[in-house]
Amino acid sequence: MATIDSKIPAGPIAEKWTNYKAHQKLVNPKNKRKLDVIVVGTGLAGASAAASLGEMGFKVKNFCIQDSPRRAHSIAAQGGINAAKNYQNDGDSVYRLFYDTVKGGDYRAREANVYRLAEVSASIIDQCVAQGVPFAREYGGMLANRSFGGAQVSRTFYAKGQTGQQLLLGAYSALMCQVNAGTVELYTRYEMLDVVIIDGRARGIIARNLVTGNIERFAAHAVVIGTGGYGNAYFLSTNAMGCNCSAAMACYRKGAYFANPSYVQIHPTCIPVHGDKQSKLTLMSESLRNDGRIWVPKKLEDAKKLQAGEIQGKDIPEEDRDYYLERRYPAFGNLVPRDVASRAAKERCDKGFGVNNTGLAVFLDFSQAIKDFGRKEIEARYGNLFDMYEEITDESPYETPMMIYPAVHYTMGGIWVDYELQTSVKGLFAIGECNFSDHGANRLGASALMQGLADGYFVLPYTIQNYLSDQITVPRISTDEKVNPEFKVAEDAVKARIQKLFAIKGKRSVDSIHKELGRIMWDYVGMGRTAEGLKEGLAKLKKLREEFYTNLFVPGTAEGVNVELEKAIRLEDFILMGELVANDALTRNESCGGHFREEYQTEEGEAKRDDENYFYVGCWEYQGSDDVAPVLSKEPLVYEAIKVQTRNYKN
Amino acid sequence: MAKNISFTIKYWKQNGPKDAGHFEQREMHNIPDDTSFLEMLDILNEELINEGKEPFTFDHDCREGICGMCSLYINGTPHGKTATGATTCQLYMRKFNDGDVITVEPWRSAAFPVIKDCMVDRSAFDKIQAAGGYVTVRTGQPQDANAILIPKQDADEAMDCATCIGCGACVAACKNGSAMLYVSSKVSQFALLPQGRPEAAKRAKAMVAKMDELGFGNCTNTRACEAVCPKNETIANIARLNREFLKAKLAD
Amino acid sequence: MSVSGVALILFLTFHACMNVVALFSAEGYNMICEMLGANWYAVAATLALAALVAVHFIYAIILTLQNRKARGASRYAVSDKPAKVEWAAQNMFVLGVIVILGMLLHLYNFWYNMMFAEMANGGYAYVNDLSAHDGYGMIAYTFSNPVYSVLYLVWLVALWFHLTHGFWSAFQTLGWSGKIWFNRVKTIGYVYATVLILMFAVVVLKFALCGGACCTGICG
Repeated sequence: MATIDSKIPAGPIAEKWTNYKAHQKLVNPKNKRKLDVIVVGTGLAGASAAASLGEMGFKVKNFCIQDSPRRAHSIAAQGGINAAKNYQNDGDSVYRLFYDTVKGGDYRAREANVYRLAEVSASIIDQCVAQGVPFAREYGGMLANRSFGGAQVSRTFYAKGQTGQQLLLGAYSALMCQVNAGTVELYTRYEMLDVVIIDGRARGIIARNLVTGNIERFAAHAVVIGTGGYGNAYFLSTNAMGCNCSAAMACYRKGAYFANPSYVQIHPTCIPVHGDKQSKLTLMSESLRNDGRIWVPKKLEDAKKLQAGEIQGKDIPEEDRDYYLERRYPAFGNLVPRDVASRAAKERCDKGFGVNNTGLAVFLDFSQAIKDFGRKEIEARYGNLFDMYEEITDESPYETPMMIYPAVHYTMGGIWVDYELQTSVKGLFAIGECNFSDHGANRLGASALMQGLADGYFVLPYTIQNYLSDQITVPRISTDEKVNPEFKVAEDAVKARIQKLFAIKGKRSVDSIHKELGRIMWDYVGMGRTAEGLKEGLAKLKKLREEFYTNLFVPGTAEGVNVELEKAIRLEDFILMGELVANDALTRNESCGGHFREEYQTEEGEAKRDDENYFYVGCWEYQGSDDVAPVLSKEPLVYEAIKVQTRNYKN
Repeated sequence: MAKNISFTIKYWKQNGPKDAGHFEQREMHNIPDDTSFLEMLDILNEELINEGKEPFTFDHDCREGICGMCSLYINGTPHGKTATGATTCQLYMRKFNDGDVITVEPWRSAAFPVIKDCMVDRSAFDKIQAAGGYVTVRTGQPQDANAILIPKQDADEAMDCATCIGCGACVAACKNGSAMLYVSSKVSQFALLPQGRPEAAKRAKAMVAKMDELGFGNCTNTRACEAVCPKNETIANIARLNREFLKAKLAD
Repeated sequence: MSVSGVALILFLTFHACMNVVALFSAEGYNMICEMLGANWYAVAATLALAALVAVHFIYAIILTLQNRKARGASRYAVSDKPAKVEWAAQNMFVLGVIVILGMLLHLYNFWYNMMFAEMANGGYAYVNDLSAHDGYGMIAYTFSNPVYSVLYLVWLVALWFHLTHGFWSAFQTLGWSGKIWFNRVKTIGYVYATVLILMFAVVVLKFALCGGACCTGICG
């Protein structure tokens, strides 16, 4: 077990970041040009980091798997971005945002990181507005806000239901500005498959050109990954089809710790699963919970009739509806945090109150809001979301209540990083969803965008200099195997791995095995976990890996475009990831945030934390082979500013 | 309740930009009509793989109509025909009938060379963006966000322009292979906002010049682009770009 | 395209107004013809006009070639024209070629016999023995041939299509359009093109159906 140093600066929480910046080492402008940085990923974190680093003068190489940086999945975030601006004069402050985030994360986040996040949140809004991001405005020309789950203030800035899109396009435009200036080199349709470590420092990556199929080497003084989360380990999730954890797994295999993998966020408002051909789940923004009311029938017989399709939601009279969130959590009502809302929906459906043919759905009803504000206003607020819902389900939310059900959405766990966002491998940094740092066991709505941009614009560009300052004497790293044989070793390993996949020559497609993985993950490592179930899940994952290595079929060759090969590599990593999640969930004998162990709940069915024994970050270390169980190290959490207590959204 | 439909699918196979390409055809049976078009193609690919064949390659990612990655020309319309304007991934099989012949082609335009099958190279869009599609602002400490007052109407209109997802349907539909709707949407977003004004003239000229250089065609105002735009961008943007461009040129 | 197009529309307007005079008074019409004649300003205007047409046409050829190249070598197997797209908008070049052909015919029928004749031939028409100043007689003579009448009507229909798109398209290209103005400009364009073409057509029809003779009947 390793000792883990999170490098949190000394001093009171509100001064840590200021102190850090005041005392950190910097790189002078002339030296910056001599330093190369690889940034993998072009989402909010990756694009903003690449743009900022490029603008500062570093030579940046930026990679993405899609055809353009603008396709990164940050683009799909709908609802908004939090910032402690207090424009609404409702009592918001940096401290309150910090407090809400730590509380929302069920007291499993690192205090200092969260405080910094809250601190820079206001600058993000300034930065984005300066870039021309068209946030929603009030008639007087001021920025508009709305409220989101887990908060009692309106601090969420938004651009219709497409906030992620607009923020990403802002970061993308900043990035393209730097591409034009020649400071950032863009590599689209490239997938990172390994990180190259020389003398204990990350010095480059091996990436596959997804068009030619070539395996290529890239060197730099530091490597930053901003490659998102691992939600697709569940196959069905709100993630994009291409979202994967391969870059993170490559780092993990090379010695970077993986922290808190069991913290998986199940988002309460997704369109329910409709059949086994389904490829992904569609999120309906959390902002809908501002005006929509969530309910199931009070009477079991009504639920039965709904499931049989005999009646519709609107046929059930008001007095027979159970607005269970408002009933259980009067203070926050429909705006409780996501983990709470998801579990409450599961609880109702498990008891038989589900409202669609599978019994796995609850209503999200706008009839009251339409009555109160008029259809036109509701259309203005949620029009595009309603249209999307109708397109998918063929039902109009203006006429009948929406049906929603929880789905895997975001992963709070990720590559372990210290206060500087550096992983346990020197020179390797992780930013955005792909690190673990800010959300604890549960992320509040509209905080992912905040974290991605905070890391990319305002944190990493500072902290990476503290590392790079002593690298100025290191000449440009060569990828030549005579100088750095590590590149060839890594490249050969990647090639061998690909050949191994082709050589299996089994019968099953990648997707069919991936679907099976997803079912195991959802059934055993999903919303409600038990020790027994997790053990069974782990056994099934082991079998699945065997199946993968004996029965997989990858058509085509390693040359040129081969989508099945890309998916096969990712699936191999998802299986490893799945085991990590299950292992972490099994050792964490408590319920907190996105991790709910059925053995550990209060009499009212709320999550029961165990702060005495589990007040730590679970850091997992790879043991040289996918077949060997990883080893857990613990980074104890130290809270100075906040008193740890049971989360209460009731009053 | 979902019903099942059976139909014929003709899909384009092309091995790289030099290959002539051809259609392949397959009967699809009992596809639930609540599957999305791309899920139907997943089924097609699953069948092909099970037969040991190479699957059909196409671009797709978020599958919720926002990333702009999916790009199929379905039965003569980019993204297929939907009432409200949607991307390929938001097209559902209930829009088709039993016995239909569904033809799937790539975006066909000189500026979008085919990489494989229906996967095309749209990096030209990135290059246009790099030429001027931004407000030059340093990361750091800009003025307070509320120090720039923007009338709601302007902010909303800029938002409508900024909604473009860069999918390239406009180019695919245009008989001239023109990228004017794409370019004008970006130029419009910034032209409507005070933050974008200082560089407005430079931006309009640079982006148009880059667009021409990359081999996109000229706009002859046929309106095919706005008819197929999944995000309902309008040619009012093109008029605005023309305005900005002329203003910039006349000021030279 | 837009600037030369707008200029040509203005010329057409002038030409249509002039033609209409022929409906009411032979003398009036001939007076206009005489006024224009082969005077220096008329010749200069004609040259300018020819240059305009040339610019419009050559530019159209260049753009069309560029656009074909941009479209790429491969063509869609199935194409479904969206309802919004006007037929004229997609066939402007073909319509333009028809308009040019019609114009050549028209030049042969009239300009060759009038201005050119006046300049080169002492004022006597080449095709018949009318005076180059007798524009009215020339009209009556030309449209007494039904083949010409039909050709001219076809030409005018093509011109109408060309104008319905060209009018708003010019404004759009010059940036004078927007979400609200688009519909206004388009409507104005349709009305304008229709009135203009009717002004031309009515002259053709009148002379085709009753020749110069019934003029006296109408205008005493």
